[in-house]
Amino acid sequence: MKMNPASKKQGIELRSGTTVRGKWHQNKYTIGRKLGAGAIGTVYLCEHNGKPAALKISEKGTSMTVEVNVLKSLKKVQGNHLGPSLLDVDDWMNPRGEVYSFYVMEYLNGETLPHFIKANDKDWLGVFMIQLLEDLDRLHQSGWIFGDLKPENLIILSPPPRIRWVDVGGTTKTGRAIKEYTEFYDRGYWGMGTRRAEPSYDLFAFVMVFLNIYYPNRFIKNGEPSEKLLFKKIDQVKDLYPYRTVLKKAVKGTYASSANMKRELITVLNVTKKRQNYHRTKKFPKTKLQLAEPGGIGILAVLYYLLSLLF
Amino acid sequence: MKNGTLKQILLLTDGCSNKGEDPSATAALAYQQGITVNVIGILDDDQTESPDGLQEVEDIALSGGGVSQIVYSESLSQTVQMVTKQAMTQTLQGFVNKELRQILGSNQSLENLDPEKRGEIMEVVEDLGETSDLEVLVLVDTSASMNRKLPTVKEALIDLSISLNSRIGRNRFSIYSFPGKRKDIQKVFDWSPRLDTISTVFPKLTSGGITPTGPAIREAMYQFGKKSLLRSFRYEDESGIEETGN
Repeated sequence: MKMNPASKKQGIELRSGTTVRGKWHQNKYTIGRKLGAGAIGTVYLCEHNGKPAALKISEKGTSMTVEVNVLKSLKKVQGNHLGPSLLDVDDWMNPRGEVYSFYVMEYLNGETLPHFIKANDKDWLGVFMIQLLEDLDRLHQSGWIFGDLKPENLIILSPPPRIRWVDVGGTTKTGRAIKEYTEFYDRGYWGMGTRRAEPSYDLFAFVMVFLNIYYPNRFIKNGEPSEKLLFKKIDQVKDLYPYRTVLKKAVKGTYASSANMKRELITVLNVTKKRQNYHRTKKFPKTKLQLAEPGGIGILAVLYYLLSLLF
Repeated sequence: MKNGTLKQILLLTDGCSNKGEDPSATAALAYQQGITVNVIGILDDDQTESPDGLQEVEDIALSGGGVSQIVYSESLSQTVQMVTKQAMTQTLQGFVNKELRQILGSNQSLENLDPEKRGEIMEVVEDLGETSDLEVLVLVDTSASMNRKLPTVKEALIDLSISLNSRIGRNRFSIYSFPGKRKDIQKVFDWSPRLDTISTVFPKLTSGGITPTGPAIREAMYQFGKKSLLRSFRYEDESGIEETGN
């Protein structure tokens, strides 16, 4: 959500087939269907020289300029997986003489993360976690924090399945105040830390992204201490069971870097895989043992209680 | 470049003023003295349309050089911090535009520059927004209808302090409510760098239907004056930003 109150222009709706010609660079784009609309602008599929691209257009010139600056800086970060590449930046004057800012990016066509996980094996969870942590690490190393990390800003391209960022508008320089956030993914909202841009801010949001797959309607503060509530929510998801210790540490802000978190996640993944295979062969005795332990403790507790009543 | 202090009044209300001077005129006066006036109109969760009275919200912000927004109380937290930051950018941008006009001629502004140059200038504006010191006087309407919204208001203000204190620049906040018992406004929380320490509950609600928004803004303006009388001699720029020669 952003507001540019000085402008009285209405939000923009472009009809399919409209031609947008840039004021400065004179490139022509033919507008196709709408891909999405956010607080800052509307994204359309468009065609330029016979190739598809994504065009974001908005009346909020300054907010757009800030986004473009981020995209340009990410271009300088080596490796092209960080966000869509920027193709053009320009202004467009509509027939009524109103000026809009737009920029054109690479068109990424894929599935949402929750959708992919629902349709495929849950083993992909670990893969995407590692991929995302790798990308975050690269971003953090170059002095940036993603900020508004949420499923809407992520996409799964395949084959082979690879998680990619589609909207990097909230990316903030390390050490500054987070530019854009969404409450559910924001540690400030949960009272779990500041809104200063640092790696642990993204790692908190990271956990919430994976929780959101299992709580599609999200959830809100309920008066209970946030840490307790979030831990409970993590524990309640069976698919996240193998990752729970790492996720909980990220919620608490324990990891100073994504690389640290990735390292622990890999260790945990290897251990659980081994254990899962082990369980498959020796399942029966283990379950019996699991019951025996609390049972024994229970009996002892009762005995002690009775003894204490006697004296 | 060394930064000065941005001054803002943040007015939180749910209705129309009905006593005293025209709030828009007072807001214009405040703006002239380098204080930006932002207004947030809070709707009840079951209100589907904004009542006519809330048109005033936009008018006050327009003449106060600030930002206005009408919201449901559930999204108050995010709105409060967005409005505050947006107003900072707006003030700084206005300042940059003024400089541009001096350098490039009378009809130059950010929008007339090509996207590349605009990008460079916005980077400077962003840097300033991050590093400038900020003073926010929060002015809360505590007339009877605000009753149910006050807990949300308090939460939103604590949230605002989390956001702004994540910046590099320093902050100072104070909270006043209106109408006061005998005066137009009443101090709830004195100038302090953080709001997360507010334990103060808002004073008892006034039962009458009096909403003296105009006089309240005027009094709020004087609170800046009192506190920074000395400093105002040093910072003479109308936008409240000090500029040094490099």
